[in-house]
Amino acid sequence: MPIENIDTDQIIPARFLKATTREGFGENLFRDWRYNSDETPRNEFVLNDPTYSGKILVAGKNFGCGSSREHAAWSLYDHGFSVVISSFFADIFKNNALNNALLPIQVSDEFLKKIFAAIEKNPKTRLTVDLSQQNVVLEDGSSETFDINAYKKTCLLNGYDDIDYLLSLKDEIKHFELAH
Amino acid sequence: MQQQRTLFDKIWDAHIVRSSEGYPDALYIDRHFIHEVTSPQAFDGLRKRGISVFNPSRTTATADHNVPTKDQHLPIKEALSRHQVETLRKNCPEFGIELYDLGHPYQGIVHIIGPELGLTLPGMTIVCGDSHTSTHGAFGNIAFGIGTSEVEQVLATQCVLQYRPKTMLIEINGTLGNGVVAKDIILYIISKLSSSGATGYFVEYAGEAIRNLSMEARMTICNMSIEMGARGGLIAPDETTFSYIKGRRFAPQGESFDRLVEQWRHLKSDEGAQYDEVLTFEASDIGPMITYGTNPGMGIKVTDRIPALADLKSSSEQTSLSKSLAYMGLEPGTSLLGKAVDYVFIGSCTNARIEDLRLVASMVKGKKKAANVEVWVVPGSKQVENQAREEGLDIIFEQAGFQLRQPGCSACLGMNEDKIPAGKYCISTSNRNFEGRQGPKSRTFLASPLSAAAAAITGKVTDVRELAGAALTSNN
Repeated sequence: MPIENIDTDQIIPARFLKATTREGFGENLFRDWRYNSDETPRNEFVLNDPTYSGKILVAGKNFGCGSSREHAAWSLYDHGFSVVISSFFADIFKNNALNNALLPIQVSDEFLKKIFAAIEKNPKTRLTVDLSQQNVVLEDGSSETFDINAYKKTCLLNGYDDIDYLLSLKDEIKHFELAH
Repeated sequence: MQQQRTLFDKIWDAHIVRSSEGYPDALYIDRHFIHEVTSPQAFDGLRKRGISVFNPSRTTATADHNVPTKDQHLPIKEALSRHQVETLRKNCPEFGIELYDLGHPYQGIVHIIGPELGLTLPGMTIVCGDSHTSTHGAFGNIAFGIGTSEVEQVLATQCVLQYRPKTMLIEINGTLGNGVVAKDIILYIISKLSSSGATGYFVEYAGEAIRNLSMEARMTICNMSIEMGARGGLIAPDETTFSYIKGRRFAPQGESFDRLVEQWRHLKSDEGAQYDEVLTFEASDIGPMITYGTNPGMGIKVTDRIPALADLKSSSEQTSLSKSLAYMGLEPGTSLLGKAVDYVFIGSCTNARIEDLRLVASMVKGKKKAANVEVWVVPGSKQVENQAREEGLDIIFEQAGFQLRQPGCSACLGMNEDKIPAGKYCISTSNRNFEGRQGPKSRTFLASPLSAAAAAITGKVTDVRELAGAALTSNN
């Protein structure tokens, strides 16, 4: 999706935020871009086009701007994505993704262009993401490394979450609260 | 000697429970607000882990996003909205959290009620599962939006794990011109920085034009910090702040208030403190603003023209502009003045406080709305609604043909009954003009309450200065 500034209202429109569980949001991912007003699918939209498939979403810069709704990360994950690649992410979206086993990978503008070109040339091109090595490799062998915080990387690789860590600090927090 | 620090750094440092190399900081949270949309999964998480809320007295709940703005005494018609509000009604007492539900005199939009109840104070850390939490920063605190997993963290531990953002100082020098209000300042700044220009930063607003603003106007500024990507924005507290807080329902009273004010006076950036970025603007360069596109960075002075494709540097910017304008049904290089609008929405956490309503009333008093527009005035809280009625603003609105509704997020986000129909134009005092934000295929022009009121009278995009002449001075 070589579109810039994809906001969370596009990823999951507000009227679909009404569930009280984390599941099932994938159905409404990019709802208003995927379907016409009469609910018929828009065949030209990339997620409806069988030419494209995979677990990696590649998108233009400033992906995930707008609201703090974690539903945006849930809907991408629920739809089957494990990775989003862009040249820039909005802060809250990035945190939300990392808290939900959805890996946001920031690459350079040039490398993003290269990925889009490779996909345009061959929609079935293979993109390999290695979290432990922190790199993205294209089929022609060109690659770029990406940054991820060591703590978040450990969490993702081992399935830990922030609450496990914070709960381990509970006594310290109580102490802080008393003195605060 | 200790290094000079910014206000942001002082507050952040004072809330670190644990800072370990390679880990994000564990930050203690003084005040946590929740609403029905981003909290249910967090409560479920607590149940799954079998844990209780760490300190329920530091969390306050209200229902705002899903609520109708008419007939609030009746059950919510839409089943999913009703279920979400009912889930909040079940979760709050179960976990010992105070809820200001529909019908409660303190109910309202979460970012409106915190400040008006005196729950929002200088020097605090404040979070909420809502990106416009940045609003509270107007009181000189660190306030930012979080996701639901983080809401669960706060409920479970009263802390969030966060990386320290970079700091940015934005100074607005000089005094504002006629018809120019806080909303114009922030729309102007965002138009200069773009919708991602402050991503990774926490912004401090300063300068004469900011100092001269009322507390409610400062909230409008901080509210939209997120629209340029900033996690939050703050303004050092001063006498304006202290007098706003004094006597509010949950604010400290009497001697303890006076003692706190003495402490709060120290809440400012040290002389010579270093920011990662400093930007300066002149208030006299700012005019009444309006957005033409589908993100809040796409704004112009109402007297300017929409950019032409040739004005833009990169092909990706040109593509974005074409896509936005196709959605909006507008042409590049044209003026918006005189463009007919169908709806006027005055409300949202950006502009639904009593001063906003007064400003609108001052503009429309004795006038009638244009026949082609429908006008919704949605107060930010029950207290704002009651105040408006006490002051007789309801009569002014009624005579003008405006509908004064009941409090809620309303047409800001197309999640409740108040939606702008497909293809229709709405001039809105809210904060986002994304595609479909106000309802599927709706088209939004973001503007100030004054500009929205002017459009309500004329039925079209109007330079408020033309309509009201010299009568427009305010510190809003």
